[in-house]
Amino acid sequence: MAWVTQTLSSSLGRKVIMSLTGLFLSSFLIVHVAGNLQLFKSDGGRAFNEYTYFMTHNPLIITISYLLYTSILVHALMSIVLTRHNQASRPVKYAYGRPEANSTWSSRNMGILGTVLFLFIVIHMRTFWYEMHFGSVPMAEYDGKQYKDLYAVVLEAFSQWWYVLLYVICMVALGYHLVHGFQSGFQSLGIRHKKYTPIIEFLGTFVFAILIPALFAAMPIYVFLQVHGII
Amino acid sequence: MKITLKVWRQKNSNTPGKLVEYQLDNISPDMSFLEMFDVLNGELTKKGEEIIAFDHDCREGICGSCSMYINGRAHGPQTGSTTCQLHMRSFSDGDTIVVEPWRARAFPVIKDLMVDRTAFDRIAQAGGYISVNTGSAPDANEIPVPREVADTAMDAAQCIACGACVAACKNASAMLYVAAKVSHFAVLPQGQAERTMRAERMVAQMDTEGFGACSFTGACSVECPKSISLDHIARLNREYLGAKLTSNNVQG
Repeated sequence: MAWVTQTLSSSLGRKVIMSLTGLFLSSFLIVHVAGNLQLFKSDGGRAFNEYTYFMTHNPLIITISYLLYTSILVHALMSIVLTRHNQASRPVKYAYGRPEANSTWSSRNMGILGTVLFLFIVIHMRTFWYEMHFGSVPMAEYDGKQYKDLYAVVLEAFSQWWYVLLYVICMVALGYHLVHGFQSGFQSLGIRHKKYTPIIEFLGTFVFAILIPALFAAMPIYVFLQVHGII
Repeated sequence: MKITLKVWRQKNSNTPGKLVEYQLDNISPDMSFLEMFDVLNGELTKKGEEIIAFDHDCREGICGSCSMYINGRAHGPQTGSTTCQLHMRSFSDGDTIVVEPWRARAFPVIKDLMVDRTAFDRIAQAGGYISVNTGSAPDANEIPVPREVADTAMDAAQCIACGACVAACKNASAMLYVAAKVSHFAVLPQGQAERTMRAERMVAQMDTEGFGACSFTGACSVECPKSISLDHIARLNREYLGAKLTSNNVQG
């Protein structure tokens, strides 16, 4: 097995780990955003609560969720290993640099964007995931069946303007992270082709960097406006 | 033209260096950047000061010696060119120009603007070659190579190992250099014998030399005097992963 550890600890292998975990996390975003669209239903949160019940009780989803937590941690830890290695590769910095002349801001600041996203995930999971699993969530009853009313937790969290603002800012960071990260993930796997790279770039830019973060950001804004009776 | 130069002066690899300012009053816009340095060194010689050490050889953009980081860009503000192909007309009268050596752990400064780029040589020695029979040359077109493949190989083979990719990369990564060398042989029939071994060994040597990993910022390709494409980095990733998954080398 020496070749496996040797491969995965090479500079290219580490990027493969970043790529596979990153693309898996990207694919999760599709599921997450699609499911959370239930928040836009005007049914007092029933569809959303039934959806959260499904997500916390389906064995397949539960198994994948552990893979997801692992991916977040591996992606974050490997980024620290890579960043330290990369910084050590240039011990003396340039006195004068013009990196904006040859590369995009997001491509050079994936670590900062990733740190913002990691902190966001911690706050986000504390507010919803922790409450759902370990907190005292009020109950709701639909057709005689008891459901945890996570929708009430959502309404409470997103009724605070600063919390909504935090989410919107973090979704901008997500967009910048994915505009580089999504297509970069394919590059690290060596997937680059005249026919398919334009499709990957299109998906990375318009779906993962714009549409998905915009839909996520729309949720707290929508709930905030609704709670405060503006819409 | 009047130019203010801030040049990195460093006695040797063990001594810390610093930027030193020089005033040049009579610079022709038609001079190349290196000729401007020749003029400055002439003046320093007259004054009895130590001249600025910098690498140069062909002065026609093909040897890859003239490594200078000029105003925050590898080989200066002009894209697709080396320092010797850069002319003073690219600057304005009264400009201040900062000139530094390539900065990378794997490229230690020897003196002033000269860096030790033998790390590239060691990577090339690890696998950047093909085995051919000596003796009479084979007939032309005996080995069929489609035009498109020949062009791809030639694009990669244009690499002059100047190190601008390393200098421009925020991680001081040598991926574009190694990618060019691996790509050049990987697509050609002559390169097949060592194909697997080449990718494994050249990447291993690249890591041993202390270069960074690829963040795919694309800075290398923009600053490359030969505009070598990021396609080759993707091919290197493919070659390396394919080699690791299929070679009989279980020890890594």
